[in-house]
Amino acid sequence: MKPDLFEAPDYYHLDDLLSEEHLLVRDAARQWVKRDVSPIIEEYAQKAAFPKQIIGGLAEIGAFGPYIPEAYGGAGLDQISYGLIMQEIERGDSGVRSTASVQSSLVMYPIFAYGTEEQRKKYLPKLATGEWMGCFGLTEPNHGSNPGGMETKYKDMGDHYLLNGAKLWISNSPFADIAVVWAKNEEGRIHGLIVERGMEGFSTPETHNKWSLRASATGELIFSDVKVPKENLLPNKSGLGAPLGCLDSARYGIAWGAIGAAMDCYDTALRYAKERMQFGKPIAAFQLQQKKLAEMITEITKAQLLAYRLGQLKNIGKATTAQISMAKRNNVEMAIKVAREARQILGGMGITGEYSIMRHMMNLESVITYEGTHDIHLLITGADITGHQAFK
Amino acid sequence: MKILVCISNVPDTTSKINFTEGDTKFDTNGVQFVINPNDEFGLTRAMWFKEKQGATVHVATVGGAQTEPTIRKALAIGADEAIRINAEPTDGFFVARQLAEVAKNGGYDLIIAGRESIDYNGGMVPGIIATLLDMNFVNTCVSLEIEGTDAKAVREIDGGNETIATSLPLVIGGQKGLVEESDLRIPNMRGIMMARKKALHVVEATDAPTMTADVKFEKPAAKGPVKLVDAGNIDELISLLHNEAKAI
Repeated sequence: MKPDLFEAPDYYHLDDLLSEEHLLVRDAARQWVKRDVSPIIEEYAQKAAFPKQIIGGLAEIGAFGPYIPEAYGGAGLDQISYGLIMQEIERGDSGVRSTASVQSSLVMYPIFAYGTEEQRKKYLPKLATGEWMGCFGLTEPNHGSNPGGMETKYKDMGDHYLLNGAKLWISNSPFADIAVVWAKNEEGRIHGLIVERGMEGFSTPETHNKWSLRASATGELIFSDVKVPKENLLPNKSGLGAPLGCLDSARYGIAWGAIGAAMDCYDTALRYAKERMQFGKPIAAFQLQQKKLAEMITEITKAQLLAYRLGQLKNIGKATTAQISMAKRNNVEMAIKVAREARQILGGMGITGEYSIMRHMMNLESVITYEGTHDIHLLITGADITGHQAFK
Repeated sequence: MKILVCISNVPDTTSKINFTEGDTKFDTNGVQFVINPNDEFGLTRAMWFKEKQGATVHVATVGGAQTEPTIRKALAIGADEAIRINAEPTDGFFVARQLAEVAKNGGYDLIIAGRESIDYNGGMVPGIIATLLDMNFVNTCVSLEIEGTDAKAVREIDGGNETIATSLPLVIGGQKGLVEESDLRIPNMRGIMMARKKALHVVEATDAPTMTADVKFEKPAAKGPVKLVDAGNIDELISLLHNEAKAI
């Protein structure tokens, strides 16, 4: 793979809106990605393996629970810092960002927000350092966009719960030490349970042959009469709103992350267009290439402004689920379009592993589907503005 | 051992350079600033002295509030305290005079400044600090070891190295070699969190004359188009090199 020459586009000088700490956090993540992710990521994507050696580095730059309070091992940063870290990691690879998103928003966040003090103290510090890795089980083979229909269930056996069911498309599952699993009790109410690797009847087979997020490990969670200790139930929130609250946080991170992937594709295409000579001049001098590049930077800039404002709202606790949906949907679609146009500019070179574009493009096919599909997010906006739900 | 690392806030090496006000001022619009690389090698070596020999490390810069992210980064990397001298740097003497004043009041044993900043490339600051404070001075320093008050410094000279024995208090002009690029540190989250609580003192500038003024900046002339000469046409190549490029 070519050396990482990335220069971040900042057409509207958004850096001027960032605080000193935002810049410090962002630049540390940016430097780390350049040093530790870019040189190895193509190889791992090609061989479909998660680079476990970067877990320590992800923890060092604060990618695991940056907004979790310091008392539980987090960094106590604001939501814009979290977004910026996600942006920089996804600039390297969406798969690596997925690992960090899951750990932060889908594992640490529910334990922090819905767990007991004992659960917070037991799990959060080890998750923040990456000593323990987690995964999140909501989606099932028969229930994707309709998680409320889940079939995974547990029974109260007096001194423990008995868990049965299966979850699919679970990032980090093949190596996770713990899983935050959503299941129905005997009354049909959804609760979160912390399931630990090694519990009898719990297995995590890996999903192979993906064409997307190849540098991230994806798998299943299978529960066959798993005895879960009662103290592993997350007591402070139940119902579908509990897992959806985690998804709000993760989707917010994705809205920023997708900008990173788009920035990398744009920067690569711009550099290539200025260097690639055809008909005696750089292809950047041709109108059709300029149209592509000008539209890319316009859309990236709009997405940056959307994410920044959403971050401000999230910092004061005013970002709604529908606002987060809008940003996730818009920014991921923006990124996938930028990746496709950037690939065109690179011609045949764009399909090779010499450049990051095709990897980003394939990754984004997952990102546009997971954490609420592109269509479902549209319907969330639709329901929000009309007052009529059109999901079913 | 008490160390002062002098830090210059310079444009990132990938910045696009432009000038304003009739080519007399650098246009900072859209430019990202970083720790001057020669200073960063020195800071990283200072971290080694801190961790291995228990040194205390302070950093100082001359600049407005906009330079604080750069010195906060130095704190996040591990410096104990930072001092910002609240003045726009004008020329090398002005900057050195400010830093010397801070150094004199702080009682430092070792002052590390970059050999030169990568923006204006003046290369004068460490030498002037040493002169103003009457301290020993080693420039273009590529290795430094301290034992008690004895210092062994290696200086890069034309075509080789020179090893010098000297003693504290000492000023060095540092550069790559003090540590290697692979030794440079990325601030980790723990460091960033600790940096929040570390002192960043803002002190007012000392009166100092500005000895020079910028009259005009010029960028290198843009490269002309490439002329391709047929491999068999040596005469034309020689004629072009002789008459047009005037290279032979």
